[in-house]
Order: sequence, then structure tokens, then C-alpha cells
Amino acid sequence: MKKNITQPLLEVKNLITRFDMRAGLFGKINARVHAIENVSFNIYPGETLALVGESGCGKSTIARSILQLDKPISGSIKFEGSETLGLSLQDLKSFRRNVQMVFQDPFSSLNPRMTIGKAIADPMAVNKILPRSALRQRVYELLERVDLEPEHIDRFPHAFSGGQRQRICIARVLGLDPKLIIADEAVASLDVTIQARVINLLMDLQSELGISILFISHDVAVVERIAHRVAVMYLGEIVEIGDRKSIFKDPQHSYTKKLFGSVPVPDPRLRKKNQDLLADEIPSAMRAPDYIPIELPLIQVSDNHFVRQEVSD
Amino acid sequence: MTKIFQKTDMDTNRIVTVENLQVSFKLNDNVIVEAVKGVSFHIDQGETLALVGESGSGKSVTAMTIMRLTEYDGASIDGGVIKLRLNSGETVDVTELPLIKMNSIRGADISVVFQDPMSSLNPVFTIGFQIAEVIINHQGKTAKEAEKIALNALKLVRVPDAERRLKQYPHQLSGGMRQRVVIAMALCCRPLLLIADEPTTALDVTIQAQILGLIRALQDEINMSVLFITHDMGVVAEIADRVCVMQNGKIVETGSIFDIFEKPNHPYTKALISAVPRLGSMKDKDQPEKFPILEVDEVNLEKSAQEGSTVS
Repeated sequence: MKKNITQPLLEVKNLITRFDMRAGLFGKINARVHAIENVSFNIYPGETLALVGESGCGKSTIARSILQLDKPISGSIKFEGSETLGLSLQDLKSFRRNVQMVFQDPFSSLNPRMTIGKAIADPMAVNKILPRSALRQRVYELLERVDLEPEHIDRFPHAFSGGQRQRICIARVLGLDPKLIIADEAVASLDVTIQARVINLLMDLQSELGISILFISHDVAVVERIAHRVAVMYLGEIVEIGDRKSIFKDPQHSYTKKLFGSVPVPDPRLRKKNQDLLADEIPSAMRAPDYIPIELPLIQVSDNHFVRQEVSD
Repeated sequence: MTKIFQKTDMDTNRIVTVENLQVSFKLNDNVIVEAVKGVSFHIDQGETLALVGESGSGKSVTAMTIMRLTEYDGASIDGGVIKLRLNSGETVDVTELPLIKMNSIRGADISVVFQDPMSSLNPVFTIGFQIAEVIINHQGKTAKEAEKIALNALKLVRVPDAERRLKQYPHQLSGGMRQRVVIAMALCCRPLLLIADEPTTALDVTIQAQILGLIRALQDEINMSVLFITHDMGVVAEIADRVCVMQNGKIVETGSIFDIFEKPNHPYTKALISAVPRLGSMKDKDQPEKFPILEVDEVNLEKSAQEGSTVS
């Protein structure tokens, strides 16, 4: 199972996803949302790449596009060296088995009428990973692995708190032995003390099993803890990408600086003063149908740190 | 029951005093949930008190009881006193007022900003109309005068292009702009106390920073007191003068903002502070690192969300 470290697990290249907005009797396209514009990045085995950005910047669309829940317009998504765009449904299934998603809301991602034992066993049964007779034993192990009581296997989701449910979702994903976990705001709805524990669990699993994680988050401070590399997104583009240390030590893009500067600091002596009170908001990614996006190059700052050139205005 | 505007004693500088407040909810099968178990605090004029705690700690129930809104959800106030100073200078005990009286107090003497601005605004009316409505109801102004005040209120919260915005509907505004409108609406009668219940939780960080800055600036400009409810210690550090930490319906620690952050006493406060991710804490580290978890409530912390709603 040992792989060459330089071979990326997932290679995303020039990915573009747009959504047409239709109106009128004949469904004429009257606008287009440029959700992802020319996004490229790699994820290596055993590493965490964090995608940070604010709502509407396209981070979740990237996750959905990788799994092809949203169909990209163009680009390439290579998993272990082979192209996944345009795969047959059958082949897509085995790809999706390797790339699993943990969603934000553990209340809507667990069926309230299914015991957690069944919820965790089902994906393994569907993918025929284990004979049915061995499933229950495996679920016990998985529950133990995510620090839940195995005796609770026959309880229903309502009996668990938000943090426990998120652990159940993680156990369910682990059953499939994925190579990449996409965590889409997976800790955003949890209280801080519980959030810290769930993140620690993810990091433990990563170092034990060598799983790669695409960690999608709006919370810059959480990202600073968990990520090996960071990509900052703004309006469907990656404006800055690099290793965590360089990005946080030496942010280059004006948006990255603004984003980092807005994070509340839990130290009352560092309270922000005299800031600009005027509303300054991110523009919409919705464009006229004939809009052609301007492509600005990524500039290399250091070995492992790239920043998108900015339009001077 | 007739002593409606009965004067109660309170320091002239004090806006609200809550003493030993107890609130419980009766569930349908005769189980009683004690949500607030003897909470006491006070807020002075111009001061911001943060009520911090995790989900289910009773912070929102405490705040909503000050406005007597919890009774509509089946709560009963089992004990305690809530002294509130009105704009007229009088002091009343909110718990003794008939609910109907609260209509004239809410929105005028005490206002609230909730987490989700979209559900605080009516989607079928222009925002100008909705702000004016508050002014007409509480101050008896004509529609024309009210519109003028509404325009000033929008300018107060730094909504750009305020004249045009008055004629817009909530769906035409972004989340941050909607929250500004809700704040304008809350402040147009110049209440002495603003209750802000997680007002920035649904917003992006850059917008959150703007709204927090705005609340601070407005506070200086019109000298109001703020009861700020949040679960985010980072936000607390940005806004509060004093802090009450709540857990399971009780205040476990109260102190000035500096005492809470620099010399926390209660193990729960310590756990809460240590769990907050701090930007910059990993500056010189090459590899990601796990969060330090304080061992205090090791077993109980995760269950506490559920225990917050323990039946007793």
C-alpha cells in the first residue's frame, strides 16, 4: 500500500462549474453563476488541505463537483492518476467509495428512523465490503474507534448530542475505508469544546490510517490548527494557496489579509479599534450570460506559496 | 396586580437587575425542565454584559425572560425579580407586569436583535415600512415623520444609499445588510437596553467584524446598554465589558472581561477558553497540532448539551 509521496491522491485541474439561471417561457438563460472558475489544486496522501472562504465563495461547490454531485463544465479531476470526469455510473461508484463526505449538519445526515448501527453498517453492506455476518462486529469496532459506547449500537439518532452524531457520521464514513474524506463544515454547528474534540479525532484518524482530508471551513482559526496546506477562496477562485505556515505568517492577497484580520481574537487586550464601519461586502458571482471571466495568473511567492495577481483599481 | 408601575429601588446608573431568576418549562407529559436555576446579574448604563455558554445552557431563555417572551413558549417564571429601567426613568419589576403591558415596553424601552435577520423581517413589506411601523406604534408619529426617522436610523447603522434601501424588500439585501436593518429597527426608539442574541453567528467573519464594530460605535453614540448573548469567546473578547459564564442554567462565573480571560476561576470557564481556536497560535509550528483539551469535565462535557435539558 505504500505509495510514492510525490504522486498526488487527487489532482484537480482548471475545474469550472457554472450554474445557468433560466427565466421566461422558453427557459432562456438570463444569467449565470460562476461558482468555480478555473480551480486547480492537489491533495497528497495523508495530508489535510483546507479550503477557506466565506459563504458563496464556492467551497462547497468544489466538494460537490469532485464527487460529481454537481457536474463541472470543464476541467479534470484525477484520482490516483486516473481521470474521473466522464466515468460511467458504475466506475463513479467505486470512486465515491474512496472519497467520502462528512456534512455540516449531523441532524439531517442521519436517518431518524434508522438505528445508528444500521446507519453505519448500511454503506458497508451496499458496497459488499464485509459479509453480513461480520458487519455488527465491525460496527462495534468503529463506534469504539470514534469514542462512542459500542452498547449504544441499537439506539436511534435522537438519543445523541450533536457532537456524538458527528462521530457517528465519521464512523459511517470510516467503514468504507476511504482514502479521502471531504469534511464540509463538519464542525461548524458544534459547540467549541465539542468542536475541539471532533477535530482532534479527525487528526488522530489521519495519523493512524493515513487518510487525506479536504477540510472545508469558514473558520480560519480552526483551519490553522488542522491543515497542512491552505487554499483561500474568493468568488469562485483560489486567490492564495500554499503551506499553512507561509499562508498564515505571510498572507499576500488583500482578501486573505482582510479575512484573517476579521477573525475575532480571544484576548480583550487585542480588541480591534477604529475599524471601518461602512458596509463592504462580497459581490455576487452571478454574471450576464455572455460574461467572459478575466484570468489572472498565480504568482509564486515562495517554494510552496502562490498568490493570484490582483487587479489594481 | 394593580401596582403596575410600582417603583423599585435601583441605583440610578443601573439599567437592569436580575435577581435569582428561575424559569422552567413544562413538557406535555408532566415533566418539568428547569432551564434557568437562580440567575443573578445586573447591567449599568452604557455597559456591555456578555452572557456566554454553550447550547442548552439557558442563556437565551434568561434573555428572553427579561422581555417576557418565554411564556409564549410555555415557560413559567418560578421565582426571582427583574428590575428594568424605562426610558421615562421609572423602574419596574418586569416579572410582575401583565403580559399586555410588555407590548409597549418591548421595542421602546428594551429591544432585541436575533441571530437570523431574515426571520426577524417580514418578507412582504419594504424595510422602510417595517422600521416606520415601530416608530408609529411606539411614538405615535405620523407616517411622514416616521419615514424620516427611519431614514436616520438607517444612516445611523451606516447602510449605504439609505434612501434607496428604504424602498427595498428584505430579499434584496445581503445578510449583513439585513442585520444592520434589524439593528436600525431595534434602535429607532432609543431603548436603554439592547438584547443581542447571537447577532453575528449567522454572518461571515468579515461581516461579523463590521457588525461588532457597529454595535460598539452605536453604544458610544447613544449610550445604551447591551446584553450580548454568544457562545463564541472570540466575540466576547471583542465586545464585552463584563462576562457571565453560564452552564446548565446557572451562572458559574462572573467577572470583568480581563479577569475572565486572564484569571479564569471556574473549570468550565477554563475549558471554554482553552477550546477556542486562536489565530496565530500555530505560527511557528510546521505540523498541525491537536487542540489541548482540559481534563476537567472530560466525561461530562459532551453530555452537557443533553444534560442542559435534563428532566428533573
